[in-house]
Amino acid sequence: MTRRGAAAVALWLMLSMLAALVVIRARYVADMSAFLPTHPTALQQLLVDQLRDGPAARVILGAIEGGDASMRARVSAAITERLRTAQQFESIDNGPALHAERDLNFLFEHRYVLSGAVDAQRFSVEGLRTAIQQTLDELASPAGVLMKSLLPRDPTGEMLQIVDELQRGTAPRTIDALWSSRDGQRALIVAMTRAAGSDTDGQERAIGEIQRAFDLALSSESTASAATLRLRLTGPGVYAVRARNQIKSAAVRLSVASSALVIALLLVVYRSPAAVLLGLLPVASGALAGVAAVALGFGAVHGVTLGFGVTLIGESVDYSIYYFVQAHRPDEPARGLLQWRRDFWPTVRLGMLTSVCGFASLLASGFPGLAQLGAYSISGLIVAALVTRFVLPQAVPPTVGVRHVAPLGVAIARGLSRIPFPRLLAGAALIAATFVLYLHRDALWSHELSALSPVSAADQAFDAALRADLGAPDPRDLVVISGTDLDSVLRGAEQAGATLTRLVEANRIDGFDSPARFLPSREAQETRRRSLPDEAQLRSRLQLATADLPIKAERLEAFLADAAAARNAPVITPADLDGTSLKASFSALILHEGPRWNALLPLHPASGTGDIEVAALRDALQRDHCESATVLDLKQESNDLYSGYLSEAIRLSLGGLAAISLLLAVALRSAARAARVLAPLVVAVSCAAALLAAAGIQLTILHLVGLLLIVAVGSNYALFFNRPPADAAAGIDPLTIAAVAIANLATVIGFGLLSFSQVPVLEALGMTVAPGALFALVFSALLAPSLREPRLRRPQPSNA
Amino acid sequence: MRILALLCALTLLSTSAAGETDDFNRLMELLKTRGRAHSEYIEQHFSSLLKRPLESRGELIYEPPDRLEKRTIEPRVESLVVDGDQIVVQRGRRRHQWNLQDYPPIEPFVASIRATLAGDRAGLERVFHVEFAGSLARWTMVLRPLDAALAKSVAEIQIDGARDTLLHIEIKQTDGDRSLMTLRAAAPP
Repeated sequence: MTRRGAAAVALWLMLSMLAALVVIRARYVADMSAFLPTHPTALQQLLVDQLRDGPAARVILGAIEGGDASMRARVSAAITERLRTAQQFESIDNGPALHAERDLNFLFEHRYVLSGAVDAQRFSVEGLRTAIQQTLDELASPAGVLMKSLLPRDPTGEMLQIVDELQRGTAPRTIDALWSSRDGQRALIVAMTRAAGSDTDGQERAIGEIQRAFDLALSSESTASAATLRLRLTGPGVYAVRARNQIKSAAVRLSVASSALVIALLLVVYRSPAAVLLGLLPVASGALAGVAAVALGFGAVHGVTLGFGVTLIGESVDYSIYYFVQAHRPDEPARGLLQWRRDFWPTVRLGMLTSVCGFASLLASGFPGLAQLGAYSISGLIVAALVTRFVLPQAVPPTVGVRHVAPLGVAIARGLSRIPFPRLLAGAALIAATFVLYLHRDALWSHELSALSPVSAADQAFDAALRADLGAPDPRDLVVISGTDLDSVLRGAEQAGATLTRLVEANRIDGFDSPARFLPSREAQETRRRSLPDEAQLRSRLQLATADLPIKAERLEAFLADAAAARNAPVITPADLDGTSLKASFSALILHEGPRWNALLPLHPASGTGDIEVAALRDALQRDHCESATVLDLKQESNDLYSGYLSEAIRLSLGGLAAISLLLAVALRSAARAARVLAPLVVAVSCAAALLAAAGIQLTILHLVGLLLIVAVGSNYALFFNRPPADAAAGIDPLTIAAVAIANLATVIGFGLLSFSQVPVLEALGMTVAPGALFALVFSALLAPSLREPRLRRPQPSNA
Repeated sequence: MRILALLCALTLLSTSAAGETDDFNRLMELLKTRGRAHSEYIEQHFSSLLKRPLESRGELIYEPPDRLEKRTIEPRVESLVVDGDQIVVQRGRRRHQWNLQDYPPIEPFVASIRATLAGDRAGLERVFHVEFAGSLARWTMVLRPLDAALAKSVAEIQIDGARDTLLHIEIKQTDGDRSLMTLRAAAPP
């Protein structure tokens, strides 16, 4: 080993250890954050806040199934009892919260500041008469018994007003005061985690905590049928954790499987286990460097990136294959290495730079997931190539017993050269592919974010079923109030609430939630308090109001006392909600980060229509001068966001293609030669895309990355086939053909396996790259200028 | 002769006691086979809070096996439907839905009227101690809640009727308040 060589190895060892350290300490996430823009607009910021930290992202729904009803009830009670004090949860409930005594007490005690019906008119003689008359009507209804006990203290029916507003919609079915599914076969639990939805680790801890509580409750069940009890969880956090684990395990499993296959292939070729293991050095180093680069550059490594890591095996293993096969000169090893460095390394380097150009375009993406892929690929490929060039020859000279594969190259070349009209064939393939793509032009790309969703259809159905049982559908539309403090967003919520109430009355929406129902703004509280007349005045008005009513005024002394107390009561603050389950409902609707406060008003679509006319809603809010209100259609916004990413990624990829063309033109010092290198790649990418389209698959951003990978992998093939032969008479070196063929086989194996994965990112990449790489090889060969040289079939000098 | 008369009287008495049980069973059978029932009602609420009784008017519709609708027309249009264990209250455009067991105040009303109209003796006796008096032609049932919690607010429910037609339903609260519902068969549409 030379001194320079030793220095290279030492440097590599040191950097590898550093990278390993970074990789071990890196944070891995698998939530929606990979899909959220790095530089969002105000509206996107709201979307990000919602998806990442919004209450919807922190909800975990649980269903206890099996056993019998009483067993489910016991387990459900045990779980909530245990977790109510656990620090992971903001709230956990298994039954109707409004029944809780302290909730009702809070609402009743503060009814004169909480009731939206309270204004000065309400306590005029006429207002009192109308309100009391209504309450008396209520008394005559079947619920009258309940009303009767409240009547002496609350003759104007404020409590009913409040409960009415809070209890809109369909209540879940209950059995023994516990929530249950409609069919009564599942006991339901709703937990709100303290950890944000984006905190996948925190979500995992919370899920573990619920599972432990369930196991504990189960162990105290004595009967044998307790074993049939099952706990099923759902919710965004549950999905994120599951997706992360799935990606992790799939990444590991598929890496192992594809590594095993590639290793088997290499063993056949290299005939030396040592060479095989050392041949994987560039791959391992590249993957390590890739993850480390992402961890350093982005703070956290996303599951998508991790999944992508597998795919780099297919690309970077090529470098060592080229080295081993091309540098192999059993007769004169030293010359083989020198020759490889001189003749082949520049081509490998140019291929690597071409790939880097393609992936560099992704770095500019506003889609963090894509930018991570870019960073990962660039650093991974550069390191893999450098390790192949500088470290591998030190560790293993090309003298190892590599099988002599030149005859394979000769055979392949012979086979390829017998294909008639190769250019015509390639041209026909391009035309056919273009035609297919043209036919699918309208539905070629999927613009729905859900196309990337790692959640299976069965899981989605279960989630929807539980939400329907709970009467709490996933809110799709929200009005978001932005402000600089709590009181300003509460005021905004009240103002928007007035507009929304009109829409409810006009049957445009079914209802809405608002934090101001639990805690009105200071201003609203004061207005309501001021509208209560003093005791003497109220007494005389009450006398007048009840004169013609069937109620006895003298039985309403408690009302006068309560109203007098309410007039002088202090303003209620969030602290007054402490100890009630209303606190959780309130905090769920308030987002607070730094100086930014948001109040959320989820909308319930009118029954039957299902959809809310967002444009009309915006108009209505604007007419009413609700400046701080924004209407957020979560599904539409996420799809728009994703569509934006997609078109940006397509634009960036085209930019990458331009950069590659420029690089090739400069490096090869000829536009014509650059075009010859690019031609097979264009045909291969078109054919791969056409194949997917013909199979009825709508392309996503992941397929686009796959197409980029085809260019990355294929550029090496095209460059080798277009390399001016050192000896013009010799045509393409058969060793090169063999090396390219073996490298291609490794790539097809690696990506072919991925296409069977359940993880969308891996599946999409596999389905795109496996056929694409094959196309790239075939068209590179068909379009190669020297393949048709008859002299190729001469016996090779090195073979002699 | 006197002894005979006495014996006769005793026999009569005992047959009459046995006859009441029989009549109760026959009434239940009759109601069970009757099917849909549609009546108009006037309901009066008497309460110590009130100077004069509150009056409401509407329709009561029973559809076997377990759907009961109370449609109030005055003073305010409102409908209450108990279907199985679901309660739906519709008032104007507002619709509320609950589970029966979540809404204790309504339970005596549903349990007594629905079970009676269904001819469900077992159902009645699950919730109430039942005292039947009179004959099939003109009968009275007094229902006293078995459940202690219910017994705290409801003293008794008295239902009387002629054959399979209910005439009065009176719910007496423990605090002396009561409501009286007077029914008559609805005019055929």
